[in-house]
Amino acid sequence: MKKLLLILAVVTVYVLHQDFWNWRTAYPLVFGFVPIGLFYQGCFSVAASLLMWMLVKFAWPGHLEREVGENASEEDAPK
Amino acid sequence: MIPAIVVFIYLAVVLYIGIFAFRRSKGKEKAEDYFLASRSLGPFVFLFSLFGTNMTAFAILGSSGHAFSNGIVTFGLMASSSGLVIPLSIFFIGTRVWALGKKHGFMTPVQMFRDRWECGHIGTVIFAVQAVLLVPYIIIGIMGGGTTLNTISGGFVPYWFGGAIVAMVVMSYVFFGGMRGTAWVNTFQTVLFLTFGAVALIVIGVGMGGFRNAAQSMLAAPALAPLMTRERISPLYFFSYTFIPLSAIAFPHILIFCLTARKMGQFKKTVIFYPLCIMAIWLPCVFLGVMANRVTDVPEIRAKQEARRVLATQGKTMAPEARDELREKAAGDDVIMILLKRYAPFWLAGLLGAGIMAAVMASDSQILALSTMFTEDVFAFYGGKRRFGEGVQIQTGRIFIVLITMFAYAVALRAPETIFELAIQYAFSGYAALSPLLVAALFWKGSTKWGALATTAWTAAAVVAVAIFQHSVPAPAPGPATLVWSLGGWEVLTRTPGGTAVFGFMPVVPMVIVSALLMIVVSMLTRKPKDATIAKYFESAR
Repeated sequence: MKKLLLILAVVTVYVLHQDFWNWRTAYPLVFGFVPIGLFYQGCFSVAASLLMWMLVKFAWPGHLEREVGENASEEDAPK
Repeated sequence: MIPAIVVFIYLAVVLYIGIFAFRRSKGKEKAEDYFLASRSLGPFVFLFSLFGTNMTAFAILGSSGHAFSNGIVTFGLMASSSGLVIPLSIFFIGTRVWALGKKHGFMTPVQMFRDRWECGHIGTVIFAVQAVLLVPYIIIGIMGGGTTLNTISGGFVPYWFGGAIVAMVVMSYVFFGGMRGTAWVNTFQTVLFLTFGAVALIVIGVGMGGFRNAAQSMLAAPALAPLMTRERISPLYFFSYTFIPLSAIAFPHILIFCLTARKMGQFKKTVIFYPLCIMAIWLPCVFLGVMANRVTDVPEIRAKQEARRVLATQGKTMAPEARDELREKAAGDDVIMILLKRYAPFWLAGLLGAGIMAAVMASDSQILALSTMFTEDVFAFYGGKRRFGEGVQIQTGRIFIVLITMFAYAVALRAPETIFELAIQYAFSGYAALSPLLVAALFWKGSTKWGALATTAWTAAAVVAVAIFQHSVPAPAPGPATLVWSLGGWEVLTRTPGGTAVFGFMPVVPMVIVSALLMIVVSMLTRKPKDATIAKYFESAR
């Protein structure tokens, strides 16, 4: 279930990048000078960072690290 | 002249860092130390050097130049899509490659492919294609260096001399410092150009009397208002661009950098902060590139806009050579430098110029990666290391660094394309099409060396085909694309003002899809590696 939700989150963020609804308009101008299309994509970058935080928190491939650790201790072990 | 002096001081500091790294590593004449800094980079240096190595000349010069001509769309096209796709690929692929490198001692992607698919010469073919595709990236750095020094010195330092200085400095610290020197310099440079964006935005914003008026007057001018939206680019083209960042993890210098982390935990901060770092540098550069269109009291900017206007109104009736000439005049790769010269005080323009140089000089890790690949994948693989020893291997790597830099410099003097186009059309699309190699090697037990060969051969053929096509069919004037081939009412192949379109997509889309399909189909038809080899890579096969 956790895996499915994370896949869904990645797909959703990817789809949100294609913001065709802001395509032909500059309005509203955020802070009076930033076109909405640019502001949206800036917010998208923050969302991408949050997504990566979620992946690190809930899907970190810790087994790879353990394998390397085991491998290193096997090599270090007295023969 | 003062800004140029500040930039020269910066270059001297960078050179010193490289030589300091050389002293630090003296006595450890081991290939792993020279080429991978003994796999010992800490979290701060790892994050900043990995990010810095991926930010080349186009991060500042190309992005603002592209935004000057195409508007705010530039940020969504390349920056925010990269902010998602690159950390994802580092998370899924970079961590696995790090673990395999640590376990089996790999120093290059080709070493891993050779082991994973039990192949020798096919690995050499992959090396050759990777090497040929990496060279344009190195050329970008030298071209950017030439442009920056030329502009910042007010034309006093000619383009050829600026490019030569940048090439010499980069070559020297890579030559002496190896990976340690390159990583330290990259970290220093990343700190510098991350602060560049914010400072440039404030200084230029104050100089222009605030951005509100500039934004309003742009929206009021019919020729400039579209730059504040994305209507100049089609949604299909925008979607196509999300395939380009797939190239990042397939670039050998990025993958080799992944091998330098001391612990896997160092990837955590890197993937989380990567999108924010990209935003910090690209957002101001894109915005300033768009706003440069309002600085009509600067003759250079007026000349660019006039060239753009003539191209749009009379381009259709012009000869292709005349159109190309106008395109070069209209290109905005130097607009950010022009803005700094116009609005920043001399000393600050120098510091900000140094920030730009920091991004421009990211070609160091590409040069080092090529050298690592040559010495490991060719020299060592074909018996050089066994016969002559590790010391000679490192010296061979150093000689290679000198030769490749000289070659790249010679090409940079002749290349007519703008920085942005050159990078996208050849290196990025090609590497994106090579990314299925990594996915197949790490996630699919059924992949084979023949599948890898088919993918690599297709990539090389596709890049050459696009280059020949664009050379043979001249780019049309801004407006409708030239239809070259249609089938059943579908526009299959068109030549656009900026490149090529296949069914309306950038060529990178069919290149990646066909590449992946070839890997799947050919692998299914050919013999897999031995079970023992597969077990090295997949826990479930043990």
